[in-house]
Amino acid sequence: MSGPSDYKPSHPALQWFERRLPILSLVHSSFVAYPTPRNLNYWWTFGAILSVMLGIQILTGVVLAMHYTPNADLAFRSVELIVRDVNFGWLLRNMHAVGASMFFFAVYVHMFRGLYYGSYKEPREVLWILGVIIYLLMMATGFMGYVLPWGQMSFWGATVITNLFSAFPYVGDTIVTLLWGGYSVGNPTLNRFFSLHYLLPFLIAGVVVLHVWALHVAGQNNPDGIEVKTDKDTVPFTPHATIKDMFGVAVFLLLYAWFIFYMPNYLGDADNYIPANPAQTPAHIVPEWYYLPFYAMLRSIPNKLAGVLVMFSSILILVFLPWLDSAKTRSCKYRPLAKQFFWIFVVVCILLGYLGSQPPEGIYVIAGRILTACYFAYFLIVLPLLSVIERPRATPNSIADAVLAKTGSKSIPMVPTVIAIMIGGGLLIGSAQNARAEEDTPPAQKWSFSGPFGKYDRGALQRGLKIYKEVCSNCHSLNYIAFRNLADPGGPGYSEAQVAALASEYKIKDGPNDQGEMFERPGRPADYFPAPFANEQAARAANGGGLPPDLSLIAKARSYERGFPYFIFDFFTQFQEQGPNYVSAILQGFEDKPPAGVTIPDGSYYNKYFPGHAIKMPKPLSDGQVTFDDGSPATLAQYAHDVTTFLMWAAEPKMEARKQLGFQVFVILIIFVFLMYFTKKKVWADAH
Amino acid sequence: MTTATSDDHPTRRDFLFVATGAAATVGGLASLWPFVSQMNPDASTIAAGAPIEVDLSPIADGQDIKVFWRGKPIYIMHRTKKQVEEAQQVPLSDLKDPATDQSRVKEGHDQWLVVIGICTHLGCIPIAHEGNYDGFFCPCHGSQYDSSGRIRQGPAPLNLAVPPYAFLSDTKIQIG
Repeated sequence: MSGPSDYKPSHPALQWFERRLPILSLVHSSFVAYPTPRNLNYWWTFGAILSVMLGIQILTGVVLAMHYTPNADLAFRSVELIVRDVNFGWLLRNMHAVGASMFFFAVYVHMFRGLYYGSYKEPREVLWILGVIIYLLMMATGFMGYVLPWGQMSFWGATVITNLFSAFPYVGDTIVTLLWGGYSVGNPTLNRFFSLHYLLPFLIAGVVVLHVWALHVAGQNNPDGIEVKTDKDTVPFTPHATIKDMFGVAVFLLLYAWFIFYMPNYLGDADNYIPANPAQTPAHIVPEWYYLPFYAMLRSIPNKLAGVLVMFSSILILVFLPWLDSAKTRSCKYRPLAKQFFWIFVVVCILLGYLGSQPPEGIYVIAGRILTACYFAYFLIVLPLLSVIERPRATPNSIADAVLAKTGSKSIPMVPTVIAIMIGGGLLIGSAQNARAEEDTPPAQKWSFSGPFGKYDRGALQRGLKIYKEVCSNCHSLNYIAFRNLADPGGPGYSEAQVAALASEYKIKDGPNDQGEMFERPGRPADYFPAPFANEQAARAANGGGLPPDLSLIAKARSYERGFPYFIFDFFTQFQEQGPNYVSAILQGFEDKPPAGVTIPDGSYYNKYFPGHAIKMPKPLSDGQVTFDDGSPATLAQYAHDVTTFLMWAAEPKMEARKQLGFQVFVILIIFVFLMYFTKKKVWADAH
Repeated sequence: MTTATSDDHPTRRDFLFVATGAAATVGGLASLWPFVSQMNPDASTIAAGAPIEVDLSPIADGQDIKVFWRGKPIYIMHRTKKQVEEAQQVPLSDLKDPATDQSRVKEGHDQWLVVIGICTHLGCIPIAHEGNYDGFFCPCHGSQYDSSGRIRQGPAPLNLAVPPYAFLSDTKIQIG
């Protein structure tokens, strides 16, 4: 797009085509011959990374939509069935869910890079504003996508975010009703969010085309923030930029794969494994980590309308950035004061994110107000003021000079910054996880399934199934487990014949038959474990008003706060056994007499590890209650361990396949990263 | 790629480029597999396609029923003596897709015809007891099948398919 291309295909057929639609020369001039500044650093590879992430999100999203059911009664189950039954469904779902986080991570790096190097300044204002539009579309898409699994956080996130619009006077309620398609968040809301979630990524792709177009008209900015003057300042896009971008993408994929295969639930919220319940709000509502800074600003303002306006303006202010900062020097490399304020701003954003994850009380509210003021002050006071008073250092005459001199201020050092960002990001992410106030943290236990090579202990799974059948199943359903699953690879390891025999012990309701009547028949492997109660009301009536939760996902639907700095270590150690630790602790946490000063209401029981300590479930397991055939001790500790292992398998039945494939992917990716590194070095050998 | 590749001698640079390109291609192709594989029937669909048992005792002479197995309609026809004889006496030379009636039923259970009720032309469901051959007539494009489910007239190329099934007893079959 830098003037008419002189590209001419060699093949006559291509020449024929080219005269009619010059798309090859367009591609050639935009992505092959396009002159790219030779001093670009690795922060510039995030544009390519983002393109790849958008492609992956669209591809996995289209595929997931083939299996997903956008209906309030079926959505949660359909997502679970994708993970459990569809070939590679677990992989596709993890890619999409983690991909959203990776997409936002990359876009934040991309935006901060633009901020640091002044990429929004003349003549790139439109390029920058298109970027802000993409970011807004991403936020809308990400939010609506998070609603689709229809878990507790989905439902209540949808409720809270749509209610933002109710703050506007006169029209607010009308807008909210319009968004909901009803009197509350419900099936019509889910349906339209699905439709829009499918549409918006293609709008994003369209704006990305404009973004790239604008980029190729204005030319790329660069770390020295000076314009390209001669051919010596540039290298051809292909192979130089393409190879460098591919290396960046490959390294980024390592991080992405780490989450997909080893920590798929690290970035999510345990509450979203509980199906949406319009009657109960989760104790602590937090958005996904990438919205936390804005959420913090919303909450720190005591007035509803003002809070909403502050939140929206915190993003919209980016549109005006090219005019708020009127300094002639682009790159912070040559702006000593702006550089310092930039890093303060980064810290402010990360701290705001941390506050967004904390309960809005006490010191957090005050800190939130101060940091919100800092956020706006950066744009409204610091940058306009610096444009006037700062005396920037002299910039090099040309990019070629800058590359040859290698003097002056260094660009942002990549490795330390990446580590700092990872820790900062970990701070956000970890703090976004369930922040329940619990005095007694469940003790950490040893699990055979933890770590990158963890496997389920077959014996424990079989014993756990026995405990479920003999004890838990009297009150708790196991709705997502079919008998056939017991023969699946990576499961308890029963043979098909054993499963058929086990299934036939159960009576399954079927029908209607030819007479129009329901009847009972022996279970088949394709049947699911029957629930102990016909419906929720029956279950509550039989359990003193309490609802025994379904156990299929319990080991992923419960968690506890790990606290700083453990959640950062957790990223590296792949610790994600909060759920199993909690379930096991609950089973062993019953005490006959509550400690002095604690009163437990009638019909409830004291449990050391249950939030609030008053649990409706009586002590379910005691020593000697279940006898094992394999000689394992008949102790409560053993029971708790075995049934928890079984429930973890029930929640994550494809874990072994996931970790196994993860290892293979990592071996290949690491080899590829090395190859790309040396290829990049060779290609750039004559450019530096 | 662009520079310093000699035409005569492969260089170390060439080898590196080829290795990297090969790794990228193999990795890219391998990662396409899940996207293809997910289109296949999922585990619950496969499990739901398990064999079914059908009780034949309520089906009177000359009647037929339709049951579903793997989403396909299966015709179970209790053939009359006349229908059986017609089916057995047709010379194979009259048939477009030659097959004896014996090969299409289970030995000793001549009166029971079990066929997948999907026209071999384009997948419509033929109507039982219609047409000129005492068998099936497909309303979509006029294919006619005889009392053994064999194609006799019309555009369909093949006989109605016989699903895998077995007699568990004289009055009970298992399909699948």
